Amino acid sequence: MLYREAGQFKTNYVADSAIFPLREDRIGIGLIILAAYALAFLGNSFLLQAVMIPFLVFSLASIGLNILTGYTGLLSLGTGAFMGVGAYACYKLMTAFPGVNVIVWIFVSGFFSAGIGALFGLPSLRIKGFYLAVATLAAQFFLQWCFIRIPWLVNYNVSGALDAPLRTLFGVPIMGPNATPQVRYLVVLTIVILLTWLASNLVHGRIGRMWIAIRDMDLAAELMGIRPLQTKLLAFAVSSYYCGVAGALLVFLWYGGAEYDVFNINQSFFILFMVIIGGLGSLIGSFFGAALIFILPIVLGIVLPAVMSPFGITVGSDVIEHLRFMIVGALIIFFLIVEPHGLARLWQIGKQKLLAWPFPY
Amino acid sequence: MRAPDHPVMTKGDVLLAVENVSLGFGGVKALTDVSFDIRKSEIRAIIGPNGAGKTSMLNCINGFYYPTDGRITFKGVRRPKMRPYEAARGGIARTFQNVALFKSMSTLDNIMAGRSIKMRSNFFWQLFRHGPAIKEEIEHRRFVEEIIDFLEIQHIRKTPVGRLPYGLQKRVELGRALAMEPELLLLDEPMAGMNLEEKEDMSRFIIEVNQQYGTTIALIEHDMGVVMDLSDRVVVLEYGRKIADGTPDEVKRDQRVIDAYLGVAH
Amino acid sequence: MDILYKVFIEPFVFMGEAPDLLIQTLWEGLVSGVLYALIALGFVLIFKASGVFNFAQGIMVVFSALTLVGLYEKGVPAFLALILAVLVMLVLAIVVERVVLRPLVNQPDIILFMATFGLTYFLIGFGELIFGGNPKEMITDALFLPQGTTELDMLGGMVRFQHLDIAAAVIASIMIALLAVFFSKTRVGRALRAVADSHKAALSVGISLNQIWVIVWFAAGIVALVAGIMWGARSGVSFSLQVIALKALPVLILGGFTSIPGAIIGGLIIGIGEKLGEFYWGPLVGGGVETWLAYVIALLFLLYRPQGLFGEKIIERI
Repeated sequence: MLYREAGQFKTNYVADSAIFPLREDRIGIGLIILAAYALAFLGNSFLLQAVMIPFLVFSLASIGLNILTGYTGLLSLGTGAFMGVGAYACYKLMTAFPGVNVIVWIFVSGFFSAGIGALFGLPSLRIKGFYLAVATLAAQFFLQWCFIRIPWLVNYNVSGALDAPLRTLFGVPIMGPNATPQVRYLVVLTIVILLTWLASNLVHGRIGRMWIAIRDMDLAAELMGIRPLQTKLLAFAVSSYYCGVAGALLVFLWYGGAEYDVFNINQSFFILFMVIIGGLGSLIGSFFGAALIFILPIVLGIVLPAVMSPFGITVGSDVIEHLRFMIVGALIIFFLIVEPHGLARLWQIGKQKLLAWPFPY
Repeated sequence: MRAPDHPVMTKGDVLLAVENVSLGFGGVKALTDVSFDIRKSEIRAIIGPNGAGKTSMLNCINGFYYPTDGRITFKGVRRPKMRPYEAARGGIARTFQNVALFKSMSTLDNIMAGRSIKMRSNFFWQLFRHGPAIKEEIEHRRFVEEIIDFLEIQHIRKTPVGRLPYGLQKRVELGRALAMEPELLLLDEPMAGMNLEEKEDMSRFIIEVNQQYGTTIALIEHDMGVVMDLSDRVVVLEYGRKIADGTPDEVKRDQRVIDAYLGVAH
Repeated sequence: MDILYKVFIEPFVFMGEAPDLLIQTLWEGLVSGVLYALIALGFVLIFKASGVFNFAQGIMVVFSALTLVGLYEKGVPAFLALILAVLVMLVLAIVVERVVLRPLVNQPDIILFMATFGLTYFLIGFGELIFGGNPKEMITDALFLPQGTTELDMLGGMVRFQHLDIAAAVIASIMIALLAVFFSKTRVGRALRAVADSHKAALSVGISLNQIWVIVWFAAGIVALVAGIMWGARSGVSFSLQVIALKALPVLILGGFTSIPGAIIGGLIIGIGEKLGEFYWGPLVGGGVETWLAYVIALLFLLYRPQGLFGEKIIERI
């Protein structure tokens, strides 16, 4: 009885066009955000460092790819590389201008990947579907090559790796070896919430409708006056912005340092899988997908050895990794066959059932 | 976006003129030397047997195809080679033979998407869904609700259009085209596959659009009864050529039209 | 101006001064080009008959080679292992048809395309789980593949031809020729083309789609196995070979998805182009351009001619 539509009448279009028209939904979102912040003070370091921070980072990257692939219908296999652009840009900016707060540079670095993303999005005017996917592979391999071959990007660091320097916010270390998982979690959480809110505004307004129009029926969209190139390039730019920020967060606030290899093609694919399993064209689905794909191996790593050890079988970490690939691959096929709209759709069905509960419909 | 030098059009002026237009794909000729005009505020029907080039003609008019030969003049200005979205921004809207709605969006969003070209608020405001963005959203929502009332589709306002029956989809598609406030509305078989009642409704909407807003309409239709009742003038195509042009009565009596439709003994 | 000289003049001067090196580079490009073409043919087979763009073709190359080598390492005689590897590809074809294609029939192309991503990752995990993730040596001796090199005196220098490369080029050419004949001359081949033109029409004349799909996936599996043996013999068997197999994608973009001659010519352009690029222009930017040059060539080509070398111009309808 807690979740009801009845009695909430909309008397103006402002209320009716709200992103969460139901009071219960608004309360629910508020509670989730509150709980997420509370977790920083209740959860232990392992939970924050190994589960929550990466979960949020991957969610952000999934939102980025979802804008491109889910909302605009343009398949990209270059996500990993666009994340890399953000990370390398952030590194260059914060080492070149250490006086400016690093939070600023994290947001600014996204613009670099937005630019690069839009550049590689140019072919999307003329090519579609798998042709475009191959074109984005060009971005993936070319940018990855740049990360390896241009030592300037890592300030001629001999190891060729990115490392997180010490940076503070209001005197508290938020980056580098002294930053606690708790503080880093709070920073990542705040950035992800802010960017998710902005993305939600975009997809629910004029721009979102134009993206979906291009996805659903691109020719009809063009005949209605929607400029295909601008709309697609905007999707590429916004999408890459999100991926870029996610890449910067991944390296500097999660790993604390990384090599070019974290931005390889497997990363691109895993983000894509998060989007597919979570639900193409759903922001909340991006979180679900990231949770499933990222948390799966952690759960496997804990559960499987425990289950198998009574039988005298030891399960190595390599086996877990192989199983992860197999399960993720099978899940993709399963979801495409059974529920192409992903976990987000299941969530929606659940909410509808709850609205009608205790009646079946 | 609109060219500034367009003269103000009044009823009866030539809105769009097609002159000696030909269209070919490789060796196949879809249109050969077709000329006709569409006058302001009239309902102009384009009819002809299957494969006569009617849809190709519409595609040329709204810039989806560019004629291989001949020219098209819109509002007195010869049209350069343009992309379809430019034609749309110039004031030409259309519906499609096979419904081409954005099937995952609701009725409301489909029609709102039709207003995209009228919406101006910039990316920044869109990002925050605030100020001009939300003000504009509400303003256009009001306009769209008028269309929804006009087309009597209030009850399906928030239904994803993919789930609607065919007849209603056609109606939503008309709504989406109306949202563009076009000067010239192209309807490609608006009544295909409808039952009698739905056809009557659709005819009523077409007439009302034409009379209330003075919108010029060009339509392709196979139902001769509808064509003869609705249209002011009819152009007849066969094998990509124009074989007749005139009022419904003139066309009905034209021997070539009768031959084209009933077949002629060879 | 120095940079212009280095890009536009110097490499050609170098080619003219040392023609033997040029021949060597062209030969290496030719061999990898033929092998790219062979992998690309696997894509073309499946695309022609089922409209599925099989991203997993690259993985099938690795997976089949891994099965062969893995079985051999577990003590199975080489030729038995070869037969078993063929059978595994048949089983794979049947399973894919049952589990992936049949439930997804009539879905948009892009959904099927993404399903093959799933297949790719499943096969990577499955292959490594059974045979281990370490790189393996191809069983060149046991399969009687030739080894050693022949050096020919040519144009004032020595040009080296690896016997293995010669064998690879010959075998791949034979495979390609066989497939071309199969498509154009045999009854099954014609049925395949009928299916490619229209699924509904094929059904209405009584061609079983399901059987056709099994046949093409099996054929693509065998093509993959041959390609896997050859690539494996040249650069070892491991899943990093996948990156090489992915080069077949730009080949397809150049050649068009449905054209066998297109795949061959595309393969040669990419193979030779990237070897020349790496050898003559690579040092200018620090080398390693082979990883992306093929994609950039394909990308530039796409902008100019979206339908590929041999594709027909697409007329969009609405």
